[in-house]
Amino acid sequence: MEPRPCSFYILASIFGLFLLFLYGPTFTIAILSFQGPEGGLTFPMRGASLHWFRDLFQEQAVGDIWGAFRRSFVLGLMVMVTTVVVSVMGGLAFRKRFAGSAVLFQLVVASLVIPSILVSLGVGLMFSQGGLGVHWATSGFGAQLTWTLPFGLLIMFAVFNRFNPAFEEAARDQGARAWQTIRHVVLPIIAPSLVGVGLFGFTLSYDEFARTLLTAGSYNTLPLEIYGMTTNVTTPVIFALGTLTTVFSFVIIGGFLLALKLAQSRQAKAGSDAGKGV
Amino acid sequence: MAKSLGYPKDISAKMKGAGMERFLKSPNITGWLLASPLALVLALFLILPIILIVVVSFWSATEFSIVPDFSFENYAFLFGSSVTYTVFLNTFKYAAITWAITLILGFTIAYFLAFHVRSQTWQTALFLLCTIPFWTSNIIRMISWIPFLGRNGLANETLISWGVIDAPLEWLLFSDFSVILAFVHLYTLFMVVPIFNTMMRIDRSLLEAATDAGASGFQTLVNVILPLTKPGIMIGSIFVVTLVMGDFITVRFMSGSQSANVGRLISNDIALLQYPSAAATAVVLLGTVLMMISAMLRLVDIRKEL
Repeated sequence: MEPRPCSFYILASIFGLFLLFLYGPTFTIAILSFQGPEGGLTFPMRGASLHWFRDLFQEQAVGDIWGAFRRSFVLGLMVMVTTVVVSVMGGLAFRKRFAGSAVLFQLVVASLVIPSILVSLGVGLMFSQGGLGVHWATSGFGAQLTWTLPFGLLIMFAVFNRFNPAFEEAARDQGARAWQTIRHVVLPIIAPSLVGVGLFGFTLSYDEFARTLLTAGSYNTLPLEIYGMTTNVTTPVIFALGTLTTVFSFVIIGGFLLALKLAQSRQAKAGSDAGKGV
Repeated sequence: MAKSLGYPKDISAKMKGAGMERFLKSPNITGWLLASPLALVLALFLILPIILIVVVSFWSATEFSIVPDFSFENYAFLFGSSVTYTVFLNTFKYAAITWAITLILGFTIAYFLAFHVRSQTWQTALFLLCTIPFWTSNIIRMISWIPFLGRNGLANETLISWGVIDAPLEWLLFSDFSVILAFVHLYTLFMVVPIFNTMMRIDRSLLEAATDAGASGFQTLVNVILPLTKPGIMIGSIFVVTLVMGDFITVRFMSGSQSANVGRLISNDIALLQYPSAAATAVVLLGTVLMMISAMLRLVDIRKEL
């Protein structure tokens, strides 16, 4: 292998600094969340304790964060399932040109670029003026889908762009019906990508702020609750909460990545045995 | 007699079935059947709300409620106020500066990952490290700058202990500086991912050809890699520009409510329950963003780049 050019070392250090920039602040608040009971929002550390984490578990100290967490979690699951199902169907639909498909695609792109506050304001107005009442599981759910569906669909486009139609032709040649082809051939092949779509669906919903702000109604989701805390909480308890939800996010992301890896290795095992015969 | 002229029952049923089958096989029907959930969600939660915003922007408001109306008052007030122009200008300024920084930074990071990291395992791992923050909370990532930039924060303490400055810098937190810093922190990965994606599809033999033809590394970068990466750059730019143009929370939080952008103008009106006026501002913002994006979309075909 040829020796690395000196530009490699310059770029590598820029990359290292970028990672520090990306993760440094998160690790700083992780450290600061272990402040002693007298500690403040910045260094120095005044002792080390679990005081602020304990505060989180006492109902009165902060708002209804556990209720908010529960709502965010349920909403994340709802958005995840919907995003996976609707994106796969949409992805299948867009493999063939149909009347109006270009317009629908433009709409998907529009959904991605329209400022989130417009969706928030519009959906909020629609539900409140329509007399339906704003609620995180109805208006909040719909508003979040306008952000997660385009991502899901774009991933499905990427997947189907690389999909080899020969597999489907083979299935059809053997007499499989359209639904059987999808169920037994297409879906198993794209399964790992569906884990990826699920990851986007859940995490983007779980962390969404702007689109839920005017559509969640009287019960806050976790990001809204955390944002509320920034205006009136001046103790490291907010760092403790931030650390906890970031750890939770990391666990979720890790879980999805593990599932992705498992799905891929399962596929590799069950895949073609060409060249392995005797 | 008439009976014998008609088709036997089972054949006519089969024909009906065939008609049904043909009907279902038409690409338009299957296409719309499969796309209907998507179309339904977008119609209900994107088109309808936007139409409603446009409608409400012509309504009028009292102190307590909003009243259906057809008046241009909201727009007249919006375009008649000098605040509007300052705020729009400020929004463009944030978008332009953030775009320039994220582009340079994102391109550098993607270039390093795509062309300098040789093992595929490392490439995947490092790329993943760059994208993981995308799946975590923006609010918390903003909050985590406080201990860094505050008056007694890490940055000031370090600079003072090094003797670079005597007194803490006041402009680190709650200023335009911290707003841009947060934007760059939050949105650089929107540049990295599409640029990296395009770079990975560049045929490596083109680079070899450039080297064989005597191009230096830098010349290859400027004359071969950069032009071929344009689609990725456009997609990243679309993301960054729209996210910054439509933002209201980063500016509010990181400027300590001292700076304004269009998003904040809208959210302030909402907080005062002045929905018609908020809607009018939102319509103007939407028009601005859509004009910018459609200009950028002319330069790239998104579906081909995935």
